[in-house]
Amino acid sequence: MFTVVLIMLSGVLVGLLLQKHKLTWIYKVINMLIWLLLFLLGIEVGSNKQIIQGFAKIGFEAILIGTFAVIGSVIAAAIFYRWKIKKQNIK
Amino acid sequence: MKGSIIIISFFVIGLFCGLNGLVTNAFEQYDLSFYVLCALMFCVGISIGANKESLESIKKVDPVFLLLPLVTILGTLVGVSILRLFITSHSLSEILAVGSGFGYYSLSSVFISKFKGAELGTIALLSNITREILTLTLAPLMVKYFGRLAPISAGGATTMDTTLPIITRYSGQQYVVVSVFHGFMVDLSVPFLVTLFCMI
Repeated sequence: MFTVVLIMLSGVLVGLLLQKHKLTWIYKVINMLIWLLLFLLGIEVGSNKQIIQGFAKIGFEAILIGTFAVIGSVIAAAIFYRWKIKKQNIK
Repeated sequence: MKGSIIIISFFVIGLFCGLNGLVTNAFEQYDLSFYVLCALMFCVGISIGANKESLESIKKVDPVFLLLPLVTILGTLVGVSILRLFITSHSLSEILAVGSGFGYYSLSSVFISKFKGAELGTIALLSNITREILTLTLAPLMVKYFGRLAPISAGGATTMDTTLPIITRYSGQQYVVVSVFHGFMVDLSVPFLVTLFCMI
């Protein structure tokens, strides 16, 4: 797993060096790699009977996690926003 | 939105190929997806390093807003931790890994399926899509009840691209730079946090 993060960091260095060039193509490459990976993930999921049989449960859990992530971040943002406004008013 | 539909289509096409045995899982033997993931992360790294505008947006942001990515990350992690009380089939670290996708479903699902299996990877895919959809559809309500920063936090890693237009519209033009900076920072945190929670 560290390998992957290290590879990303080396990419950042390369990117910093290439800043002068227009790198619009990199986003196309990223998109295509993501498509390929999700296709592969689809194959893996499709050929895994356990996942397919439990898909309803998996989907329900996924929606719950997504919803709670949003609720948590929205409440945190509200607290932060109030604090910022208060600070502004004191100034 | 168009981009999301294409991405999901590829997943669904793969799903059907796998279901009907059209493609054998020979890729698995050679660990193809790992090498593709490495290539992807290298390109993501280049795009971050070369993204001058995002890097420079940091200088223009009101210093207080530099904290917003942290607020989003903490809020998300606390939110999904609470869910651990109701979901017993997954460990806290697994749920935190899924939550750490922050809406970046393509990357987080691939990462997580590589390190924790296709089931959790699928959960990451669907839950982070849920996050993006909720942000896109509920942004006006979020601003009304939770303030102008709420849709930015809810959008997580997507606030520099897919959810930027809706945030601009409901939080206001003055939050565009904050939104881009926020998306950039949260984006950057995804590989680190997901790796961290997959290891625990």
